[in-house]
Amino acid sequence: MTARTPKIRLAGVRKSFGAKRVLEGIDLDVPAGESLVVIGGSGSGKSVTIKCILGLIRPDAGRIEIDGDDVTNVRGARRDAMLRKFGMLFQGSALFDSLPVWQNVAFGLIQGRGMKRNQAREIAIEKLAAVGLGPDVGELSPAELSGGMQKRVALARAIAANPEIIFFDEPTTGLDPIMADVINDLIQTCVRRLGATALSITHDMASVRKIADHVAMIYDGRIVWTGTAAEIDASGNPYVDQFVHGRAEGPIRMQVRSI
Amino acid sequence: MHLIAAFLASIGRGFIAFATATGRLALFTGPAVSHCFAPPFYGRVVLRQMVEIGYYSLPVVGLTALFTGMVLALQSYTGFARFNAEGAIANVVVLSMTRELGPVLAGLMVAGRIGAAMAAELGTMRVTEQIDALTTLSTNPYKYLIAPRLIAGVLVMPPLVLIDDVIGVMGGWIIAVYKLGFSSGVYLHNTVNFVQFNDVFSGLVKAAVFGFLITLMGCYHGFHSRGGARGVGQATTHAVVSASILILLSDYVLTELFFAK
Ligand SMILES: Nc1ncnc2c1ncn2[C@@H]1O[C@H](COP(=O)(O)OP(=O)(O)OP(=O)(O)O)[C@@H](O)[C@H]1O
Ligand SMILES: [Mg+2]
Repeated sequence: MTARTPKIRLAGVRKSFGAKRVLEGIDLDVPAGESLVVIGGSGSGKSVTIKCILGLIRPDAGRIEIDGDDVTNVRGARRDAMLRKFGMLFQGSALFDSLPVWQNVAFGLIQGRGMKRNQAREIAIEKLAAVGLGPDVGELSPAELSGGMQKRVALARAIAANPEIIFFDEPTTGLDPIMADVINDLIQTCVRRLGATALSITHDMASVRKIADHVAMIYDGRIVWTGTAAEIDASGNPYVDQFVHGRAEGPIRMQVRSI
Repeated sequence: MHLIAAFLASIGRGFIAFATATGRLALFTGPAVSHCFAPPFYGRVVLRQMVEIGYYSLPVVGLTALFTGMVLALQSYTGFARFNAEGAIANVVVLSMTRELGPVLAGLMVAGRIGAAMAAELGTMRVTEQIDALTTLSTNPYKYLIAPRLIAGVLVMPPLVLIDDVIGVMGGWIIAVYKLGFSSGVYLHNTVNFVQFNDVFSGLVKAAVFGFLITLMGCYHGFHSRGGARGVGQATTHAVVSASILILLSDYVLTELFFAK
């Protein structure tokens, strides 16, 4: 471990849903100002890990630290203060369908931080432009957008308040390759220029290569490999190799039966 | 022997389920109510809910009250004519409306309209992770979603029921004057002279309590819904059924408190 305290540290985090064990001791450090990408099979617990850090799901055991503070069971005002550091892009976008798009993007500014509506609206339109959406889109309701547009609105909402830590749960799924690259650039900007710490989940190897400083692979409820983005092609780890090359044969067994 | 054990086990399971549900409701109600009294207050959201609950319920609630008043007048005429006591119709209509039927029927109608809509809205927000998203945007879901609905329910039900009382009395008056041949002046005189402050006041207190129960049940079941469209559907049903039962139950309790000697 380095002398600097990591921005986020998970130690032995476990979570089961009934008899189903999802996380079986996750240990993970995210250094400040870096971009960590978590890869792993579908259903391996990537989204659950992120929700545990945010306290949306309570882990059964283990310890979660933000800036060295134990936040595993924080409540009340301390939890509010902690959450103010975060921006989160949900896998399913999770836009508020009762509000127009611009109010979705401005929500954290207006309700969470008490900013004036006019000022928040300007910022919202700026952030929408950054994800390739014009001001006219701001007036629509989320139900009127395509899936990829919803994802971009959700992204704009996640970064609207310039948070210190940003979680991206599959930021590029459902986007065309060109827009995916634009989004990857945007994530890079957030980290490199604004100095945010990013934790992303993705299945998209092009995205991994572009946005990751470090990569962690999750399998069977544990982190089985961590390394820098450059090391990923020569990891020597059979799990990572199989994932990177997308092969059905290998140590990772998908639970399917042939028809 | 086996059968008895199975029977006892099923009773035990039912009891445990009941205790769990009660505990969960209590754990929900505590913070939900305390957030109503602590800033920040979302005035805009409260206002929108008041319009939704009060204003848009006026047509159904008004119609219900109108026909209830009319039926009351007709039925009590049939009964009282046998004792030559037709003069008491005005009293029966105004007492039944203000004390019981006004608040209870309005409560049941609003439970069907609002309780269901709230449970569906919050349930959908839960299963599409919108409630989680609120939390990550530094907004407490209890404060932003639950408290404004509870406040709106408690504030808006009494005026709604007051209007309802007036419409009910009007319904009785229409039947008495245009069908049964009463003099309009005498009917209204009887109504105003007979009704007491306590009759109306107790009805309005009931209305506020019902408003609380309806919105609480809508929020509780919506907030805790699980598992997609089916879960949201169940939440809606539970919200309406539990609110209706609680309305009738608390109506009895409140009547005891107000009028039992
Ligand atoms: N609220 C929940 N209740 C019960 N089980 C859950 C819940 N949330 C997640 N799970 C289970 O936990 C496991 C991991 O889910 P998770 O959403 O973290 O997967 P993931 O790694 O993000 O997959 P994907 O790449 O497909 O999004 C799944 O098997 C899922 O069934
Ligand atoms: Mg996921």
